Amino acid sequence: MVEENKENPESVSRRNFIRNAGFTVGGLAVGGIIGSLIPRNQKETTDTKSTKTKTEDFNQALMYFTPEQFKVIDAATERIFPEDDHGPGAKALGVAYFIDHQLAGYWGFNGREYMQAPFYPGEKVQGFQGRLKRREIFDIAIREMQNHSMAVYKKDFTELNGDEQDAILKDFEEDKVNVTTISPSGFFQMLRSVTLEGAYSDPLYGGNLNMDGWKMKNYPGSQMAYSDIIDKEFKKIAPQSLKSHMNH
Amino acid sequence: MARKLPKVDVVIVGVGWAGGIIASELTKKGLKVVGLERGKERKTEDYFMVHDELRYALRYELMQDLSRETITFRGNEKIRALPMRQYGSFLLGDGLGGSGVHWNGQTFRFLPYDFEIYSKTVERYGKKKIPADMNLQDWGITYDQLEPYYDRFEKTAGISGEENPLAGKRSDKYPTPPMKKTPAIQLFEKAAKNMKLHPYMMPSANLSESYKNPDGIQRAACQYCGYCERFGCEYGAKADPVVTVIPVANKTGNFEIRTHSNVRRILKTGDKATGVLYTDVTTGEEIEQPADIVVVTSYVFNNIRLLLMSGIGKPYDPNTGTGVIGKNYAYQVIKGNAIGFFDNKEFSTFAGAGSLGMVCDDYNGDNFDHSNVNFIHGGMISLAQTGLRPIQNNPVPGGKPTWGKEFKANSVKYANRFLSVTSQGSSMPFKRHFLDLDPTYKDAFGDPLIRITFDFEEQDRQMAKFLADKCATILKEMGADHIDSMKDLGPYDITTYQSTHNTGGVIMGADPATSAVNNYLQMWDVDNLFVIGASAFPHNSGYNPTDTVGALAYRAAEGILKYRDKGGQVV
Repeated sequence: MVEENKENPESVSRRNFIRNAGFTVGGLAVGGIIGSLIPRNQKETTDTKSTKTKTEDFNQALMYFTPEQFKVIDAATERIFPEDDHGPGAKALGVAYFIDHQLAGYWGFNGREYMQAPFYPGEKVQGFQGRLKRREIFDIAIREMQNHSMAVYKKDFTELNGDEQDAILKDFEEDKVNVTTISPSGFFQMLRSVTLEGAYSDPLYGGNLNMDGWKMKNYPGSQMAYSDIIDKEFKKIAPQSLKSHMNH
Repeated sequence: MARKLPKVDVVIVGVGWAGGIIASELTKKGLKVVGLERGKERKTEDYFMVHDELRYALRYELMQDLSRETITFRGNEKIRALPMRQYGSFLLGDGLGGSGVHWNGQTFRFLPYDFEIYSKTVERYGKKKIPADMNLQDWGITYDQLEPYYDRFEKTAGISGEENPLAGKRSDKYPTPPMKKTPAIQLFEKAAKNMKLHPYMMPSANLSESYKNPDGIQRAACQYCGYCERFGCEYGAKADPVVTVIPVANKTGNFEIRTHSNVRRILKTGDKATGVLYTDVTTGEEIEQPADIVVVTSYVFNNIRLLLMSGIGKPYDPNTGTGVIGKNYAYQVIKGNAIGFFDNKEFSTFAGAGSLGMVCDDYNGDNFDHSNVNFIHGGMISLAQTGLRPIQNNPVPGGKPTWGKEFKANSVKYANRFLSVTSQGSSMPFKRHFLDLDPTYKDAFGDPLIRITFDFEEQDRQMAKFLADKCATILKEMGADHIDSMKDLGPYDITTYQSTHNTGGVIMGADPATSAVNNYLQMWDVDNLFVIGASAFPHNSGYNPTDTVGALAYRAAEGILKYRDKGGQVV
């Protein structure tokens, strides 16, 4: 567990920032948002944090996946990033919801990438040259994961035990599955990357639930300043998410 | 038909560091300047939610939208160039401030050797040291000539640093003291000193203290928040054009910035540029902006693309070696690195600044004897603490699984227990490394994309291996329990991030037959056209390029004023 920090590093560093920068509260802020970095009311902020009622997580519903697709990805990402003594795995971190939500947005449509024809297979060093969008690649890959599990174990991927699921994933990783429309290893690498994104991105995206991914790594999340600790030995700092910056 | 606007004194294509410097210097002298920027407005307040690794680092919030325009790439002329469909090797800037917004702020001067690299190499090692297919040439300027402009840029940006014992002479010290030393940096410093190397604190555009620059711009000190590269600075502590030169130009009342204005052609009659043609991307309208002087400051790739599409200057021909536009495309050799894992020591590497680090130049430039190595030049070696963010940093010791139970355990264990010692290798120009227009692929307007023909050469492989071994030796001296270092550079691969240090294509020099611009970055062929940026570098050094781009921009501003007074070639 993270040490209880009596000195709230947030307010300390903000106060020091104002001091270091040589500005007084409400004074001239040149080219910055210094004024808005000062909590308007420290007490109000503290009170908000100690809200008793726990609200439901309305984020945990599907925007893109079918329920079956969701279950396969939920199981597969848990094998890539499993729960262990260090803390939760992909499932408990909400990684599959994160992936679902990402596929529903511009990332799923390759919205900011060059998707113009003509399409030619290229050298590996020339990068991705496919015509399929990420959401289409996921559709195909999930179906092929199911087909491959059926072919090898006569069961759905979600019904396999952990070692069997690993074997299926390894076949994708090493291009040992016969799929022509997508690159199995390309899909596996994408799944691995997006799993880590779901584990460690700001909780606002639906993964890294309760900042538990960050806590495992002793990553402090979004802090305004480290000027007080930058030249000191390592010390744990309680993480904050971007949500905490919405109070000012 | 394009709508024609009234003529202005100067039109600038692209408002980043180079465009911003030109704008500030010319508007101060009373010239009326229009800056055309194809991206959107940016300001410090936009970065209130900037500590978001997914949005900025992985989804490239501040970068050019590749669906509209990208580049194509091939390793050599025998294979078909294909579009860079997704980001990897380098990140193209977009919007006001350009790449100057999302840089780290590492602000190095090139070495005196760099500017006279051909002459000095021949002098020390003989002509045989230069491979036949290497297009090595002097810059047409010396370090001493450029020094005052370096000083100028560093004072504008407020660079924090200390004297580099192995670099060119400085006329003045850095305007602000060096950044704070972290425990990791101290470990590196001790090891480097034990090895008789010459470490110094990295020159940094992340201010070490509050600073007021000669233009009267005051900025606050860096807070070491760990979000520089790929991010904008919410404090304005990292020098970027939006918080330094652009407000200076705006204050004169002589500068007009038009965002969402994508310049597509430089217009020319006879041997004079007459203005530019651009598209207002919000309406699709084509607009002509006439000007007495045209300044192109739109990053390396677009500088060259605009010249080629406008039929200005002679395109480079790799078969004959004649022509200059697109010549000497160079990059950087950045993979000669080592990573050290420490079983019993944790570092606060989540904290940092883009330009917080310590550097040795003992293996850079010609600071060591190259008689017994199969390459020229070299690179800086550094330990930088730029802020390790959790998605992009999950290294495990070499050979260990990269997913599953063991991976998770190792990646969590080593999250704060690894340090990288990295090199930034120089990139020499070769006859068959060049830029031209792609015959197949088009941008959103139907204009051709720029095509890169580039691969690593034996020079690069030897240098990368040499530097990687040095990095590993330093980590050993630092006490790392396990060290992984690069064994083989491999081919140039556009899919993995290396650096946004693309250079060349409109290179400077003393001879119009072998260079495109003179040492004021004025086109030899067109007196009232100045092309500014790292596109002017005849090769790339073993350092980050921005200080040299800034210095050259200040010199070009002086050249433009000279041209305005006297006309003709200003050299």
